[in-house]
Amino acid sequence: MAITVTMADYRTAEKSWWCPGCGDFGVLSALQKTLVDLQRLPHEVAIIAGIGCSGKIGNYINCYNIHTTHGRTLPVATGIKLANRDLTVIAAGGDGDGYAIGMGHFMHALRRNVDMTYLVMDNHVYGLTKGQVSPTSDAGFITSSTPQGNLEKPVRPLELALASGVGFVAQGFSGWVPQLIEILKAAIEYRGFALVNVISPCVTYNKVNTYDYYREALTKVEDIPGYDEKDRLGALKTVMEREGLVTGILYREEGPALEDLLPGFREEPIVSQDLRFRQEDLKALLEEHR
Amino acid sequence: MLNEFAWMVGGQQGEGIESSGDILATVLARQGYHVYGYRVFSSRIKGGHTSYRVRASTRPVRTPNEDIHLLVAFDQETIDIEGPQVVPGGVIAADSHFKPQLPPGLSANLLDIPLTELAKESGNPLARNVVAMGATAYVLSLRLEPFHDLIRDRWGRKGEEVVAQNIQALESGYRFAEENLKGLRFEVEAGDGRSRPALLGNYLMSIGAMAAGCRVMAAYPITPASDIMEYLVRKLPQYGGVVLQMEDEIAAITTCIGAGFAGARAMTATAGPGFSLMQEALGLAATAEIPLVIVDVQRAGPSTGMPTKVEQSDLMQMIYGTHGESPRIVLAPSTMEDAFYIMFDAFNLADEYQCPVIVASDLMLGVSLQTVEDEALDLSQVEWRRGHVAGEEELAAVKAGNFERYSVTASGISPRSLPGVPKGQYLATGVEHAPTGKVTENPQNRVAQMDKRARKLSSLKGGGTRYYGAEDPELLLLSFGSTFGAVEEAREALEALGKKVGHLVLRRLWPLPADELQPYLDKAEKVLVVELNSTGQLRHLVQMHMGYQEKLHSALKYNGLPFYPREIQLRAEEVMG
Ligand SMILES: Cc1ncc(C[n+]2csc(CCOP(=O)(O)OP(=O)(O)O)c2C)c(N)n1
Ligand code: SF4
Ligand SMILES: [Mg+2]
Repeated sequence: MAITVTMADYRTAEKSWWCPGCGDFGVLSALQKTLVDLQRLPHEVAIIAGIGCSGKIGNYINCYNIHTTHGRTLPVATGIKLANRDLTVIAAGGDGDGYAIGMGHFMHALRRNVDMTYLVMDNHVYGLTKGQVSPTSDAGFITSSTPQGNLEKPVRPLELALASGVGFVAQGFSGWVPQLIEILKAAIEYRGFALVNVISPCVTYNKVNTYDYYREALTKVEDIPGYDEKDRLGALKTVMEREGLVTGILYREEGPALEDLLPGFREEPIVSQDLRFRQEDLKALLEEHR
Repeated sequence: MLNEFAWMVGGQQGEGIESSGDILATVLARQGYHVYGYRVFSSRIKGGHTSYRVRASTRPVRTPNEDIHLLVAFDQETIDIEGPQVVPGGVIAADSHFKPQLPPGLSANLLDIPLTELAKESGNPLARNVVAMGATAYVLSLRLEPFHDLIRDRWGRKGEEVVAQNIQALESGYRFAEENLKGLRFEVEAGDGRSRPALLGNYLMSIGAMAAGCRVMAAYPITPASDIMEYLVRKLPQYGGVVLQMEDEIAAITTCIGAGFAGARAMTATAGPGFSLMQEALGLAATAEIPLVIVDVQRAGPSTGMPTKVEQSDLMQMIYGTHGESPRIVLAPSTMEDAFYIMFDAFNLADEYQCPVIVASDLMLGVSLQTVEDEALDLSQVEWRRGHVAGEEELAAVKAGNFERYSVTASGISPRSLPGVPKGQYLATGVEHAPTGKVTENPQNRVAQMDKRARKLSSLKGGGTRYYGAEDPELLLLSFGSTFGAVEEAREALEALGKKVGHLVLRRLWPLPADELQPYLDKAEKVLVVELNSTGQLRHLVQMHMGYQEKLHSALKYNGLPFYPREIQLRAEEVMG
């Protein structure tokens, strides 16, 4: 008998801490709907959330959740996926979490290519710590830590990802939930590391990068004539020319994930294997040192 | 007739010092000697003085000592630096190539031997160390056949010619020594003929981890812990496991936290600098109650310190590291066998108590080569205990989203569900949480959860110490880790002088096994705490938790070298008065 998964299965009783109007609501409902559309069972999904307003997302989805230290979602997700490759593994966090304190892990996760989805809720600001500049903040952006305006250039996650050689790069907008659902479905079904940067406005601390601003500024790739998601250079050019203001699946290329390359890595998840050891195996190992 | 002897080779790093030491250690181990091999190296790849010391005995040896019977010198620096350790009547076999000189005051016999020339004559100019093996065999009255066997094992793949060259090199060294030393050699008692494996502590610990069920290993290279990753990356895949070299130690420990959360046995291995980077994540594992094993192969700190020198100075960081107050278990292996078995305890306790377990190893235990008794490593003596994991049956009655992963129990230990198992969903978090994992700052809940986590460890009893020596000692020696062998030899030496001395080894540093320590501390007139650090961290720990201030004395060493038995003996005599 097929079990049907509904939205109710993915809801929790938890009351949201987010400000009314926060972009993260759109991300949450898109993710829940995606998991329902894919008919994934809640106990077979692991969400690894970072620290930030965005990192609360795991509190509101009924599945196996782990809330990590700030910036460390990707290595935690790596460990979970290696231990149990049958799980659907989704890491989620903010722009500060992923592109500041977690930047080192981000770059390496891109090239390591473990099968998981990385969902970044990018609001160009630090929400939870009350409005400091973030690595994706626009130049000139005035915050409590940049009273004269941001002097540093914003980090460009899509370009970094495209340049890294990763096989799935997408951007969504929490104001456009239907498109975001399609992106997330493709990302979760993609075998390998999938980056989904989601523009998720902070209505409290970012009065510049607002919903209205993005509705004007963003272009969907499906509206760009001749856009080819298999063309890495083309994707890079489009993203650069448009200052990152594009949504959709920017690049997708099938290929083996790390799990497909690891020597001896079994189909059966590590957690299901018998971990006991035999005396003759021990003996053979010691024999090499005689 | 000697029943034990020590040999050393010295030269520039990158000149095959390590392989010379390995060859001799292996040959001796095959002939039934107990062997302790210790390489002194620096953080350079080429150049810089380096040495390899092999101590062999017909009885177990667990520590290096200061005497050398035969010193093989590939350069003058070796004679200048290591020469003074050669015993009266001992031999320095030095390559004629550098025109060796004995500095005034050395009573050793110089064997000026053309190692380089003889190697060239053998047809293999690189076989200088094999020529030295021949001379070694003569000076220590060792049979040549076992060397032949080893040459065949090592170089057989390369063809008969290479084997023949090496055998010629070996025999030419032997003959040269025979002709020139004319009977000036040591008569050495034969080994018992039982071949024993000889390997690094890091390797045996890796084998222990693998046997204990470790299937995910993530690490970042660091001396002296890298061997563990390098060993496991070759072996673990055969048992279904995986090893990843991560981008840093934060990634290493958090990968293990992920794997532990998912239900695998996961471990990382590092040294002080890497362990410092792991501190924040250590608190996450403790608070989210995720099993995890961390091996800290301690080296001399602080900061980069002396990466290739030993120290036991991370004790406080292991016990108290990370912000806030969080439970963890710290175990310390002191012998090879225990380096193997302690990994079972580490993984079992991590699962049962759902917390990080830190294994406090150190450079001497990690990178020294020691023989072990095959039958001492016996899997019928071990268990694989996974703690309270709630299966489908137990979870069947749970209402969706209401599994009490952090239920407040009398033992403090709560049932754990694993991803993939229906109805076990919960939030694991380092944020303070209710029994369901839901985040809350409710004051009563906070106290209940803090107390619950702390309470877990109160049931951990027994197995924290090992005792050796007199029933009612005048002096109690207290140690942990790699100083074991040196302390034991000091104790035996004192005993031979008619002193009543005991030796208590701490196998668990945290929670401090106070109940086990107390009777010994009560009985002893004086306690000498032996540790390789400058502040007496273990002494302070005991004092802080148990008192005994007036009884406690320290034997400290922090110059990067291991304790030698004689040093401990002298300090003990001083304390006894
Ligand atoms: C090690 C560490 N440093 C600093 C913090 C404080 N902190 C919490 S969230 C955060 C930034 C959050 O920004 P972002 O990741 O963009 O998430 P948002 O709140 O905007 O969703 C910081 C600096 C922390 N929790 N841990
Ligand atoms: S502060 Fe900003 S990011 Fe945080 S909940 Fe409010 S709107 Fe969302
Ligand atoms: Mg942000």
